[in-house]
Amino acid sequence: MNDTVIDVLTAICLLGGALMSVAAGVGLLRFPDLLARMHAATKPQVLGLLLFLLAIGLQMRSWVLVPVLMVCWIFMLLTVPVSAHMVGRAGYRTKHMRRDLLSMDELDEVVEKAANKRAPDRNPTERPDET
Amino acid sequence: MTVAVIVVGLLLGLASLCALYRIARGPSILDRVLAIDVLLATIGGALAVDMAVNRHLDNVVLLVAISVIGFIGSVTVARFVTDRK
Amino acid sequence: MTRERIPFITELPLIIWLVIVWGALWQDFSPGNLIFGGLIAYAVANLLYLPPVELSGRFNVLYAVPFVGRFIYKLVVASFEVFWLSLTRGPRLVNAVVAVQLRSQSDLLVTTTGHALSLIPGSLVIEVDRSTSTLYLHCLNIETPGDAAKIRSDVRATEAWLIRIMGTRDDLALLQTEDRFAQENDNREGGVSK
Repeated sequence: MNDTVIDVLTAICLLGGALMSVAAGVGLLRFPDLLARMHAATKPQVLGLLLFLLAIGLQMRSWVLVPVLMVCWIFMLLTVPVSAHMVGRAGYRTKHMRRDLLSMDELDEVVEKAANKRAPDRNPTERPDET
Repeated sequence: MTVAVIVVGLLLGLASLCALYRIARGPSILDRVLAIDVLLATIGGALAVDMAVNRHLDNVVLLVAISVIGFIGSVTVARFVTDRK
Repeated sequence: MTRERIPFITELPLIIWLVIVWGALWQDFSPGNLIFGGLIAYAVANLLYLPPVELSGRFNVLYAVPFVGRFIYKLVVASFEVFWLSLTRGPRLVNAVVAVQLRSQSDLLVTTTGHALSLIPGSLVIEVDRSTSTLYLHCLNIETPGDAAKIRSDVRATEAWLIRIMGTRDDLALLQTEDRFAQENDNREGGVSK
């Protein structure tokens, strides 16, 4: 009885995780530009991995396992936003996006202003916040 | 359970096909990197499903390694794309 | 590059974290393994030198637990929202780049806020201005300025949570004065919420 309940829960977790993978895939296919695809690629993955790890934990039922699964997920939490930010920033700077799809762009105004102010300088493409 | 595993397999396959299509088509290298990231995550998901269904833990370290590799890959490419101008 | 001595106490959180990772990866929390892990962690932290992360010295567990709950709830909602948008709207999606100015000046807080935001709703940090601690977010499905305002207040709510959990005392004081002002305004307008 108990085993059946756990099996059903596991199946739900696995299905949910797979669904999140599909969400990432469909998002990659259907979204119009790089930055929108980025949303589809990063977020569902995190939830999907959480559900998969939950399924493993449910099936193994041992407490020694919890830390390693947590570490696995925390690594994902730490790395995903950083890589997403790096790719997003590169995409924005190299204009790999469709501006006609933006309803407002407050970063562009700031960049323009900075570029005008530094126009006499040698390199107008350099942004002030470069680290 | 078996039905669920088959459905999960089909869904993961569908997701990786979408990612492969984007790798082949992707207009820019950043799109491709992103799609490779998704593909890696899908592979990681498949490894996790295997572990949950067959009740073993051989792939846990591999799972951590995959997420780190995906991270290093996309950060490196993003860095070079920004610097190339 | 000059290398300063870091006091052991600032290194401690890092070493504890490394030991936990070590124990988790071996799936073995026996004392011998932990001590060996501690030695390796100490060696790694000192040989492969990185500038230390400046923690504020505060950590409020009472707020941290509900924050994790809120985070996971938002994660689930956002994931399904993105899935739904990709199915229904697809190529006709309208996005925006929104600037949000944060209250805190601390590196740690700006980083964690950006991290949490990149993970939570349909938002993604694409640029950070450290001098004014402004985040530039790319957000999905923003059509009117009203949507943007909603995102902004959401971001500042997330930041407020993080300040309550681990912000510096100055930030906390700032937050409390802000709350008081908001409350007074509410009272003056006869309980109409902003």
